[in-house]
Amino acid sequence: MPTFVKRIVGALLIILLLYVVHMMMSREGLFGFGIGAYPADILMLIFVNIILAVSLNLINGFTGQFSIGHAGFMAIGAYTSAYLTVYHGQHWERQMAASVGETAATALVFLVAILVGALAAAVMGLIVGIPSLRLRGDYLAIVTLGFAEIIRIVILNIDVVGGATGFSVPGYSNFIWVGGFAVITIIIIRNIVRSDIGRALISIREDELASEAMGINTTRYKVLAFVISSSFAGVAGVLFAHYKKFLHTNDFQFIRSFEIIIMIVLGGMGSITGSILGAIVITVLPELLRQLPTINLFGQPVNFADLRLVIYALLLIGIMLTRPQGVLGHHEFGLNWLKRAQKRPEGDEALGASKGVPIAERDAPTADKSKEAKNQ
Amino acid sequence: MDTFVQQLINGLTIGFIYALIALGYTMVYGILRLINFAHGDIYMVGAFSGYFLANQLGLASEPSLLSLGVVLIGAMLMAALAGVIIERFAYRPVRKYSRMTTLITAIGVSLFIEYLFVAVLGNAPLSFPQLLRLPEWLPSSLQPDQNGNYRLFGRASLSIVQILIIGVSIILMLILQWIIYRTKLGTAMRAVSFNLNSAKLMGINTDMIIAFTFALGSALAAAGGVLTAQYNPTIYPLMGIITGLKAFVAAVLGGIGNIPGAVLGGLLIGAAETFVVGYGQNIGIPSTYRDAVAFSILILVLLFRPAGLLGSTVQEKV
Repeated sequence: MPTFVKRIVGALLIILLLYVVHMMMSREGLFGFGIGAYPADILMLIFVNIILAVSLNLINGFTGQFSIGHAGFMAIGAYTSAYLTVYHGQHWERQMAASVGETAATALVFLVAILVGALAAAVMGLIVGIPSLRLRGDYLAIVTLGFAEIIRIVILNIDVVGGATGFSVPGYSNFIWVGGFAVITIIIIRNIVRSDIGRALISIREDELASEAMGINTTRYKVLAFVISSSFAGVAGVLFAHYKKFLHTNDFQFIRSFEIIIMIVLGGMGSITGSILGAIVITVLPELLRQLPTINLFGQPVNFADLRLVIYALLLIGIMLTRPQGVLGHHEFGLNWLKRAQKRPEGDEALGASKGVPIAERDAPTADKSKEAKNQ
Repeated sequence: MDTFVQQLINGLTIGFIYALIALGYTMVYGILRLINFAHGDIYMVGAFSGYFLANQLGLASEPSLLSLGVVLIGAMLMAALAGVIIERFAYRPVRKYSRMTTLITAIGVSLFIEYLFVAVLGNAPLSFPQLLRLPEWLPSSLQPDQNGNYRLFGRASLSIVQILIIGVSIILMLILQWIIYRTKLGTAMRAVSFNLNSAKLMGINTDMIIAFTFALGSALAAAGGVLTAQYNPTIYPLMGIITGLKAFVAAVLGGIGNIPGAVLGGLLIGAAETFVVGYGQNIGIPSTYRDAVAFSILILVLLFRPAGLLGSTVQEKV
């Protein structure tokens, strides 16, 4: 089959699947098969988290920079788009409904909202990224951390978007939008990583100095990756806002950013399938913890769901101590991976395992150390 | 004029607290090139240790200089212990991996301390007891008025807590200076921060020096915690996040890795923040944006002078 036919078939299948799940989520269900409100809620959150995790992986996993303020960009997207849909959405909808019909008008308005949210987050990403990514080192981490906290305080003080009381938002989002954008995010990030841009980003992760010596404009690529990553966080924010129908800055606290970090660290920094896996696990885990019985801790009853963040933190430290590259590392989980594992003949060792040039990854930490020592 | 002086005093008071915390960031960064995310939480641990010491030892009901001293030193020791434990069990095992791994571990440790405290103590703020009271035998001319203030001139005044914060901070900084420049341990610390591997070759027990650096930084942060609690008695488990961030900005502003820089940065951040709160209304900046001040300074420093005020740019070599 020619590639484009495969692609069209694939796209149609995905759209069909999204539609089927969407119908199953509706009140009537599909031919009597339905998904309850509670699982449907978790499913929606999983897909929002997939967008967040996969996009954060572009900057953290593939480029090797460390952003810990993804929730801030999510908040930017959520609040800008909500401002648009709340104050102008209905007006535009009415105007367009006359010419294109109601359903299409709603979809168009929401699409505009998503694009505006993405754009706003991207602009913020540029403002935050340029000063911090020009430099080497961990400045991005602290700047994004500060940014996420400041943006929350600023939003809290803007009364037009509800401030501290919260902000009611029309419920445009449904599974087709969320699932569709999750698929689009995965495809775009995958294509970026496989393109020449992706090679440049990975070379920056492996050795920034060397990639600069190879003629790569490291600042430009780092900022590019960061802006793309933040704009997708903005998209996730828009989808989240119009699904939850109520926005409060509490949804965008530190913890939110940390959750996304844990997703990609767990799954594997530099693995898209790993991030998807991490997003699923970290979204479902608190629900499972909620099922566990309440225990007594220091004389007061504590539910495991309340200990969620302590468990996350231990998980994070535990992964770093035992398998810092995450469950999947840089590998992708998929059909190829399964096939290759089976096809490998007996006695065939991994490239570079026996002699010759050692694999970069294996020696990276020591190389890093000695290089740093020289710099001091 | 009185307002200006008053703002300056208030700013410097907060500034000294930021400086105490910033010293820990800058020392650890100087030695390990690690942003110790958990440092802000050590400051919180210090404040809580002080709270429990004061209540368990029954010092809360009898404020005096002695009980304050006991609580301060006790909290510093407990925080130093916490710092050493964190270094030993979280940072040392991952030191051989890449910087990203250490950074993620640091974030994990920070999160762990914060939410362990939230889980055990709840998120509600606690009220730290007022421990400072001057001895009765002091002549009345040296005693402050009933609000604990000394009148300077006009409406400007200096509170006894402010004198305490500034005085204790300066003493601790002088002790730190003495340790770093006049003792063998300090010489070893400087050697390790200059080049870890060479220091090891010279027979320095680098693991011990790194642990000592953590202990020293944590003790200073804990002192900051107890002193802040005297100034503003509400303490809560997440109090270290924003303060830690500001102290880090102070360290970057002064030049990260540079000890006098951390103090200078802390004072500048404290003053800038207070002036924005005090005079911001006149130029249309509401006082709720006080937390944004440090962040804006960070962005400006990174744009125009990434090495910080007192830092020097180091050429990176392959």
